[in-house]
Amino acid sequence: MSIAAAQKKGFGAFIWDYLTTVDHKKIAHLYLVGGGFFFLLGGLEAMFIRIQLIKPENDFLSAGLYNEMITMHGTTMIFLAAMPLLIGLMNAIMPLQIGARDVAFPFLNSLGFWLFMFGGILLNCSWFLGGAPDAGWTSYTPLSTQSPGHGVDFYVLGLQISGAGTLMGGINFLVTIVTMRAPGMTYMRMPLFTWTTFVTSVLILFAFPALTVGLFLLMFDRMFGSAFFDVALGGNAVIWQHLFWIFGHPEVYILILPAFGVFSDILSTFSKKRLFGYTAMVFATILIAFLGFMVWAHHMFTVGLGPVANAIFAIATMAIAVPTGIKIFNWLATMWGGSITINSAMLWSLAFIPSFTIGGMTGVMLASAVADYQYHDTYFVVAHFHYVIVGGVVFGILAALHYWWPKLFGKILNEAMGKWAFWLFFIGFHLTFFIQHFLGLMGMPRRYWVFLEDQGLDTGNLVSTIGALLMGLGGLIFVINIIYTAFKGENASGDPWDGRTLEWAIPSPPPFYNFKQTPLVRGLDPLWIEKTEGKGEMTGAEPIGDIHMPDGSILPFIMSIGFFIAGFGFIYQTDQKAWLLAVFAGMGIALLCMLIRSLKDYHGYHITKEELEREAD
Amino acid sequence: MKGWMGKVKSVFLLSLLALVLAGCGKENLTAFVPKGYGAESSMNLIILSSLIMLFVFIIVFLVYVITLVRFRKKKGQEDFVPKQVEGNKTLETVWTVIPIILVLVLAVPTVAATFDLADESGAKDGINIDVTGNQYWWHFSYAGEEIQTSQDLYIPTGEKVYLNMQSSDVIHSLWVPSISGKMDVSPENENTMYIEANEEGVYWGKCAELCGPSHSLMDFKVVAVSPEEYEQWVEEMKKVDPEAQPQDAVAQDGKAAFEENNCMSCHAIGSSPAAVGPNLTNFGDRSKIAGILEPTKENLVQWIRDPESIKPGNKMTGNYPELSEEEASNIAEYLLQLQPSEITPESAGN
Amino acid sequence: MSHDHSLNPETMPQEPEKATLEGKNKFLGLWFFLGGETVLFASLFGTYLALRNSTANGPTAQDLFGLELVFIMTMLLLTSSLTSVYAMYHMKNNDFKKMQLWLGITAFLGIGFLACEIYEFYHYIHEYEFTFRSSAFGSAFYTLVGFHGGHVAFGLSWLIAIMVRNAKRGLNLYNAPKYYTFSLYWHFIDVVWVFIFTVVYLMGKVG
Repeated sequence: MSIAAAQKKGFGAFIWDYLTTVDHKKIAHLYLVGGGFFFLLGGLEAMFIRIQLIKPENDFLSAGLYNEMITMHGTTMIFLAAMPLLIGLMNAIMPLQIGARDVAFPFLNSLGFWLFMFGGILLNCSWFLGGAPDAGWTSYTPLSTQSPGHGVDFYVLGLQISGAGTLMGGINFLVTIVTMRAPGMTYMRMPLFTWTTFVTSVLILFAFPALTVGLFLLMFDRMFGSAFFDVALGGNAVIWQHLFWIFGHPEVYILILPAFGVFSDILSTFSKKRLFGYTAMVFATILIAFLGFMVWAHHMFTVGLGPVANAIFAIATMAIAVPTGIKIFNWLATMWGGSITINSAMLWSLAFIPSFTIGGMTGVMLASAVADYQYHDTYFVVAHFHYVIVGGVVFGILAALHYWWPKLFGKILNEAMGKWAFWLFFIGFHLTFFIQHFLGLMGMPRRYWVFLEDQGLDTGNLVSTIGALLMGLGGLIFVINIIYTAFKGENASGDPWDGRTLEWAIPSPPPFYNFKQTPLVRGLDPLWIEKTEGKGEMTGAEPIGDIHMPDGSILPFIMSIGFFIAGFGFIYQTDQKAWLLAVFAGMGIALLCMLIRSLKDYHGYHITKEELEREAD
Repeated sequence: MKGWMGKVKSVFLLSLLALVLAGCGKENLTAFVPKGYGAESSMNLIILSSLIMLFVFIIVFLVYVITLVRFRKKKGQEDFVPKQVEGNKTLETVWTVIPIILVLVLAVPTVAATFDLADESGAKDGINIDVTGNQYWWHFSYAGEEIQTSQDLYIPTGEKVYLNMQSSDVIHSLWVPSISGKMDVSPENENTMYIEANEEGVYWGKCAELCGPSHSLMDFKVVAVSPEEYEQWVEEMKKVDPEAQPQDAVAQDGKAAFEENNCMSCHAIGSSPAAVGPNLTNFGDRSKIAGILEPTKENLVQWIRDPESIKPGNKMTGNYPELSEEEASNIAEYLLQLQPSEITPESAGN
Repeated sequence: MSHDHSLNPETMPQEPEKATLEGKNKFLGLWFFLGGETVLFASLFGTYLALRNSTANGPTAQDLFGLELVFIMTMLLLTSSLTSVYAMYHMKNNDFKKMQLWLGITAFLGIGFLACEIYEFYHYIHEYEFTFRSSAFGSAFYTLVGFHGGHVAFGLSWLIAIMVRNAKRGLNLYNAPKYYTFSLYWHFIDVVWVFIFTVVYLMGKVG
């Protein structure tokens, strides 16, 4: 198929290439474009929310539309923006960092992306088909089971489909890291970003199935008349909350751990020092992930689980502060004594440290169960999770994009615009969210369509909205920077930052087979070791030889369309049974693709030694 | 511990009060000025955890600033290669152990307070009130007293009042920030909590769990009065005769219109526990209409004629015949005259 | 086929399923997948345990379950697990025909299990009017047991597909991992059933 693609020319061929690609770097591009698109969409929704709250009793949005807006903002940002962007970065960088030529399951990788994309599109179709989901991104039952229209149905199916894609991504990364590390790349020599990819994938693997089950139960209740959450038939609405948060809390770490990895790599590179306390950093990551599974009920302190449960979950939650604190101090110690270069990538990383520390601190404050009776479901919580998710994850993604943009696209992002975007976004961010801590305690619950006059909440909300607009402006400049760089950007060398890890040992952008020779790794920061002790470049662990490459395939794309069609079928069969045809047709397409995939042999192809040598000339 | 903690607390509270007076939150709504037992418990922990966290933040920030100032790449030293430090056992131990200690300092009082607030051993002999959350209003049934109110919850000060809460539809969450933290009100099982107000006053209550389009408009009031006044209020409420004719003709017409238009199929006046819609026994005493509007006749007429414009998605819309301006006005007059008690939000210091 | 991985006894590696990188990846990937499946079933079990007494005046577990049928089903599935072990044993000895034979028996037993389950559900619905919609217990029961049944059905389709596909060309390094991962999956389904047997049926009967 790839040969056929190569023979076509022009735009069509370009599109076809991306539709059928199984190359981890191209799939990363797709993830970044898809995730970036949804990030802008979620940002737009955030702007609408803040405009609605610019003054008391505003009527910019109607009550129903406002609830749709908050639901879609949260759902989009978590599932369709932050996670895909991170998975995109993992896809692009992790295989390079371990010296691999691709991921373990290139086909699944492509399938994972298309499932995410079509799931996201399905969810957003709801805007045009009678209204988006309106029960909050947490979709608590029975509000979500009783929500009229099809909004929540789109939520269920959209997340189910994109969640399946994420799960595949997780398994794929795990296997890749276990089996495909270059010779000498032991676990304790892996860069922190690879480590966090590994641990995040474990979290995805064990957290997402809980969401899958929750979504199935919600789907059965809404579409097929089951009674899981129907109190009249003995159902129990709190089950949803447990399932959702058993997934939901690890999800927070799924988002933040990769960002930790990004900062570890960037801070070390731009301080020209190896990461301080590498071993402690690795174990802190694992410990955070482990504890992340034991604390879900701290989202449920006010549910009435009783003092024993509340006390246990409070203490477990506080315990997470310890490994997180270790990380913060290790980062500081990494910079201490170094030679710090401050550029855009580094600005985002430096901004992360105090911002995230505030988010972590309010996290510990929230863990104190009795104090949480006041914070819970107020703007204090909104402020807290935006401090960790924007101050941690979004800063992390932006830092990573500036840092790895040369590796991804062969161009360096414009520094001046990078700094403008940073300062606007950074100031806007603190302006928006810091005051929300106080708004919460002043009596403003979250998800409030309007706040009343004369409740002392006017100024705080106005400030917050102004901050949000600044953030929007910063985001816009970043987008302009991307467009500018694409056309006029400075070309990057293979190693523009004096890097330390393997991805900087190959050209930017890397050839599609990544490494001509699998590199031999002699320690942590392998490229740095070669720069200081060797000849300055990696030594091959094998002579130049044939490279085995996987076949491209259109099947993942078609299979995802199948699920997409089936999703519509499931949603509308409640109105009219004829839609069951769409269910069968869609599932039929997907199963047929699966069958073709398992019956047809895919042996891949080889790039011969001669071709490789010719390319070098 | 108690001594210095107390001092710190009073300084903290004074400064917070200053903040509030400076326009940072409204008294009787903000959690920053606790006026009840639960809110005080929470505030103690909020202050303690804030102080600990502030301490941590200052250290992190100091190290951070010093690092950035001292170790930024210097001109003329572009080629300087720093020493590659692997780690430092002592340092790493220090910044592992200190957070553990800090967390313990916070954990112990947290656990103590959690059990303290869950201790409901006094419920048997205390005042018990059944709370029902509805889209988008609150109902209160005073156990053993055959009194029902909606939207305004009356409690005596200085006494634990036990709330047994359940929802008739989706999950709500009852929150009166200046008296107490919140507790979910769920459809499947009864949640209990107690509240205790230290001083008389009218406190804002809110719904804190997304419950539909008008979630943000599901406000209510807690009217805290002295125990004597509470007794008086209970007696006066018990004496209400639901059939009583109002004094003036307009209100009498209003009562007739109220009955003709089927209002009674949802609303009750008197001690009937049926509560499809809010109980109206002391409607004229209430501090707000529908929880949010000033109690004027114009507002009430608008609410009666077009509730959807005020609370989107409410359950009253469309469940009664369309009313003329005059009918609505008469009904409003009748309802506003339902003032069974001298003890009202106004007398409690609204 | 340009890359013929067909095996003869001389070139047969010790573990044909893990001889290639692709094979190793498949093997490991399936293990991870089963890890995720464990959480999936754990969530379903948790839901079931929370709702198993919420019968809403409908039939209870004690009214419904007959251990005879469930015992037969358990035996069928446990035996099928054993026969798949035999099949893998023959794979390692590169005896393709015997492997296919034992896998055929495995499929046969699996179909038997599924038939019993369908009969069981049919019985509950028609004799007791106990459906997916009757109570929270009903929803939880059919969902948990049904998810397992769905896994059995999927496993059977998978098995039949690879058996038919490879019937004529024998064992090679390309398809050995496919057989092997199937057998892992099949054991997993078996283990889940043991839990269902205990938690749903035994505990349901004992109370």
